[in-house]
Amino acid sequence: MLEVKDLAKHFGGVKAVDGLDLHVRQGEILGLIGPNGSGKSTTVNLVCGVYPATAGTVWLEGQEITPLPMHRRLTAGIARTFQNIRLFGQLTVWQNLWMAQNAPDHVREQGFFARWFGGQARARASAMDYLDFAGLAEKADELASALSFGEQRRLEMARALAAKPRVLLLDEPAAGMSAAEIETLDERIRRLRKGGLTILLIEHHMELVMGIADRIVVLNFGRRIAEGTPAEVQADRAVREAYLGTS
Amino acid sequence: MDFYLALLQVIGIHALIGLSAYVVILTGQVSLAQAGFFAIGAYVAGMLTVLAGWHLIPALLAAGLVAGAVAFLVGFPALRVKGLMLVVATTAFGEAVRLFFFNFDYQVAKGGVRVGPLGGEGFKQIRFFPENGYTTLDVLVFIWVVVGVVMALLWWMDRSRAGAVLRAVGEDELAAQAMGIDLTAVKVAAMTAGGVIAGFGGAIYAHYTTHIEHFNFGIVLATFAIAYPILGGLSTAFGTVVAVLFIQGLLIEGLRFLGDWRNLLFGALIVLAMNLRPHGLLDAATTLRLRRLFGRGGAGRDA
Repeated sequence: MLEVKDLAKHFGGVKAVDGLDLHVRQGEILGLIGPNGSGKSTTVNLVCGVYPATAGTVWLEGQEITPLPMHRRLTAGIARTFQNIRLFGQLTVWQNLWMAQNAPDHVREQGFFARWFGGQARARASAMDYLDFAGLAEKADELASALSFGEQRRLEMARALAAKPRVLLLDEPAAGMSAAEIETLDERIRRLRKGGLTILLIEHHMELVMGIADRIVVLNFGRRIAEGTPAEVQADRAVREAYLGTS
Repeated sequence: MDFYLALLQVIGIHALIGLSAYVVILTGQVSLAQAGFFAIGAYVAGMLTVLAGWHLIPALLAAGLVAGAVAFLVGFPALRVKGLMLVVATTAFGEAVRLFFFNFDYQVAKGGVRVGPLGGEGFKQIRFFPENGYTTLDVLVFIWVVVGVVMALLWWMDRSRAGAVLRAVGEDELAAQAMGIDLTAVKVAAMTAGGVIAGFGGAIYAHYTTHIEHFNFGIVLATFAIAYPILGGLSTAFGTVVAVLFIQGLLIEGLRFLGDWRNLLFGALIVLAMNLRPHGLLDAATTLRLRRLFGRGGAGRDA
């Protein structure tokens, strides 16, 4: 589904990502973990096209997307959330989802003129489905900046889903959440997988990622040091050393 | 009475240049180029009515098109710079336009008199209004019809996806791109629309004042242009017009009795307004409340 081949990103002398291969299979949740500074967020940014890769390629469903600019990668089918929440605070909650309606499906359904200058009824109806999913339907007309932290995290996820992606990148979706919130997040991510969505999950919260990921890739110093099921990864010596240090 | 009519004319013209800056600033671009587009509109429309003998309305539309075309071209390099560097770059553009007209001579003989722009002397005798017997009131109505049309279009845009996309880009370029919004297209489109509106404003200004000179279009006008939307707030185009009324009507004219002290108080009131209402006189929350009050937007589930 989503493939990364020999990907590298060097910031000056720092090799944030260094020859990484990654393969997210159709319909699975791939967990991407690693200590701080191991290159997880850089990987997400490279897949989304925030900055160009120093070397390597990114493929989506057999098509190379490396040369595409960021906004075209969303229309190609990759949507993301941000580690530090980046909502459009002065827009209302449902309008945040409206902004993500750029997939070819949306364009075809709505037509150019109606899409840009027409009424909001259709766009809004479509957005409400995702707000229902995120439990934010009643807040549809609040300003996004007026939401609580947990609600903003949910809104970010709903906004990414509103783009009708084929691959969803979640960049630390549980950061700063309470235990109860993480539980509902866990349940929501499972529902997405059941719906057939392919997910790349970057997460620090081990309980969450070990619980729901089908496979896990462990990064350290921009390289893959382990790959396998959660159980395999937990038993891996190199992983223990990366997290706990060599003894 | 005539004093108030004249004041309303000035307010209408300033509303146009303020609205031109409003469209651009929604995308987060602080542009000091608007006075340049305004100048282009003024000279193009003046030359078309005086030298080519056009009616004002087609001349106005042509002025908008030319200013818009120039703004379109300015939009691309402007994408490459942000913040303070964009301010510097657009200021340089505005000054370049002003200096172009300072050196621009194109005079032809009409009925024994030479008319047309004459460099530092300016462009005199843009007499479409007096020649066609427009009274002060007629001119005022003409100005506000144009302001009304532009406002209606912007109000429509504000309610549609186009307006929300401009705001999204202004708030967070990275998130907007990640959501599939084409930054280049949006920013250049906003700059172009701003150029068209400023061109309309300039076209009207040239005919209202009948005599334009390069220094009418300097940095002071450019600063006013961006001050209106910033002070008015970026959630609705009405905010910009409210700010024009506030600055031109209340601060500049209303405080004239203070003489030289006016400028001091003028600055203080702007600072005060910005402190009390950091997101502008009409901010997003106020606009939302007003919309609910009038039963639109928020309440309209199927709006």
